[in-house]
Amino acid sequence: MKILVGVKRVVDYNVRIQVKADGSGVATDGVKMSMNPFDEIAVEEALRIKEAGKADEVIAVTIGPKVCQEQLRTALAMGADRAIHVETDDEIQPLTGARILKALADKEEPKIVLLGKQAIDDDNNQTAQMLGGLSHWPQATFASEVVIEGDTALVTREIDSGLETLSVDLPAVISVDLRLNEPRYVKLPNIMKAKRKPIETLTLADLNVEVAPSVTVLKTSAPAKREAGIKVESVEELVIILKEKGLIE
Amino acid sequence: MSKVLVIAEHDGNLLNGSTARAVACASQLGLAAVDVVVLASDGSAVAEQAAKLTGVSTVVLVQNPVNENAVAALLAPQIEALASDYSHVFAPSTTFGKDLMPRVAAHLGVPQISDIMRVESATVFDRPVYAGNAVITVEAPEGLVLGTVRTASYPAVTQDGAATIETREVSVTLPSHTRYEGLKTSGGGDRPDLQAAAKVVSGGRGVGSEENFSVIYGLADKLGAGVGASRAAVDAGFIPNDHQVGQTGKIIAPELYMAFGISGAIQHLAGIKDAGTIVAVNKDADAPIFEVADYGLVGDLFEVIEELEKAL
Ligand SMILES: Cc1cc2nc3c(=O)[nH]c(=O)nc-3n(C[C@H](O)[C@H](O)[C@H](O)COP(=O)(O)OP(=O)(O)OC[C@H]3O[C@@H](n4cnc5c(N)ncnc54)[C@H](O)[C@@H]3O)c2cc1C
Ligand SMILES: Nc1ncnc2c1ncn2[C@@H]1O[C@H](COP(=O)(O)O)[C@@H](O)[C@H]1O
Repeated sequence: MKILVGVKRVVDYNVRIQVKADGSGVATDGVKMSMNPFDEIAVEEALRIKEAGKADEVIAVTIGPKVCQEQLRTALAMGADRAIHVETDDEIQPLTGARILKALADKEEPKIVLLGKQAIDDDNNQTAQMLGGLSHWPQATFASEVVIEGDTALVTREIDSGLETLSVDLPAVISVDLRLNEPRYVKLPNIMKAKRKPIETLTLADLNVEVAPSVTVLKTSAPAKREAGIKVESVEELVIILKEKGLIE
Repeated sequence: MSKVLVIAEHDGNLLNGSTARAVACASQLGLAAVDVVVLASDGSAVAEQAAKLTGVSTVVLVQNPVNENAVAALLAPQIEALASDYSHVFAPSTTFGKDLMPRVAAHLGVPQISDIMRVESATVFDRPVYAGNAVITVEAPEGLVLGTVRTASYPAVTQDGAATIETREVSVTLPSHTRYEGLKTSGGGDRPDLQAAAKVVSGGRGVGSEENFSVIYGLADKLGAGVGASRAAVDAGFIPNDHQVGQTGKIIAPELYMAFGISGAIQHLAGIKDAGTIVAVNKDADAPIFEVADYGLVGDLFEVIEELEKAL
């Protein structure tokens, strides 16, 4: 059984991004880029499923420009067996991304597609659900535990009201949440080994994928800034202020 | 005709407060009607609650035993069938709406706009990206508009409405590949719901342990507040996951937010940007949370809470 894992290159989560003055986007020149943190968790989970003897091959997939291969190398160094780079310089929105992943799933016939619950740049939280819809596969989003038993997966999901469990038939799409696992550190020898692992490059045309209807980004602006507040010296002072404002009795 | 359908979130008996917030956003589209759909096993009580929401014209009630629990793969085809009567379909951007709406969008072949925080026109919306550190203005393409509503951006509509309730049969074949197995709630007791609470008391890694979290609960109960947490506190097992506030947890807008032992990472701040007043208590005077706090107090959280309890 194969597992396909989505790997997106994003601005590192530690970076405080800056909105460009002309409203055309956020500044990314010289900014540290990384694998989307949720995707690291997805790669880790795929590897654990394989290490438990429940999968034979882990394939990492990225969609984007040439430089995204850096993140594929990271996935390979973590332990993925091979990688697919769907190369495009255009901005890919979730519906097109899901179409691409569906085309790859049709080709590779994985039993599980593991994606992050959201990309921390666009914060869309859509691709896994869209892939589920396009493929008419089950979806189990926001997973904090995944148990594979034969042809089904028992997935615990972090939802607003607690922890929900779904049982889904495979093939299925699973999107991962933060507490599913802690991704392993990449060891140096594995980075060297990863250089020899294969990356297949494809285009949208190779996969027969047309760009889906998309939203148009008209402008990017900085959010309303909160006024910096004051430091109070004591609990007493704090209580007086909060009482004056009617926030506490 | 241009009208919007809002998908109700509920637990079978009670309408979730997120629905009234999504209706508030939908009402700003300026369309001919705002309808709400309740997909439930029975759902009559939920439909009655939805009918009271100000601004709602019709509540569409779809009764089907498979709708006993909200499973996206089962709800999506039903919504797809209903969507043909509408120009817009909205849902709250809660885990319910986030799970469901992109699947509907894929079925219908249209994009979906996540976390709408402002309606500029019926097709132009603002939404946050990069944990709320940038806002993009997006225009939906021609055709059906699908969106989820960032509930913290919209106060709930009032309950002066009297919408008609219409029962609808939706006959579509539904898959059997997904089975609901159960829900484990964290049992917050009588504490106010985090997403609706006027006051929230939150604890972070600085609280130190699950046992220590009792001081956070104690203060919250004294104030009638909901309880929140940082990711670090949840990861460490101090408190269940449904209390996490932030970019990837709950986004909230209480009148008062009190953060104890939380450093103020951008991912956490993303969840509290719309809070009325932020109070931060941290022993590190340079903690980034102080950059957004209206009132900061440098000190040991346990000592501060003890003094607060006495003063209240
Ligand atoms: C993809 C991704 C998504 C994330 N999503 C979220 C999210 O949704 N929500 C979220 O919160 N985080 C999220 N994070 C994590 C975030 O980056 C931070 O790691 C986290 O918020 C830190 O939690 P904390 O402030 O409790 O812990 P720390 O950063 O460790 O801060 C603890 C603070 O407690 C103070 N302290 C310690 N003891 C005391 C004491 N006795 N009295 C007073 N102060 C004390 C310390 O000075 C320190 O400032 C996410 C991270 C990633 C990568
Ligand atoms: N360009 C991409 N390349 C590879 N995977 C992607 C890409 N975009 C999105 N994904 C996957 O879809 C998940 C959710 O992304 P999003 O729907 O954009 O929030 C990510 O965590 C990835 O696993």
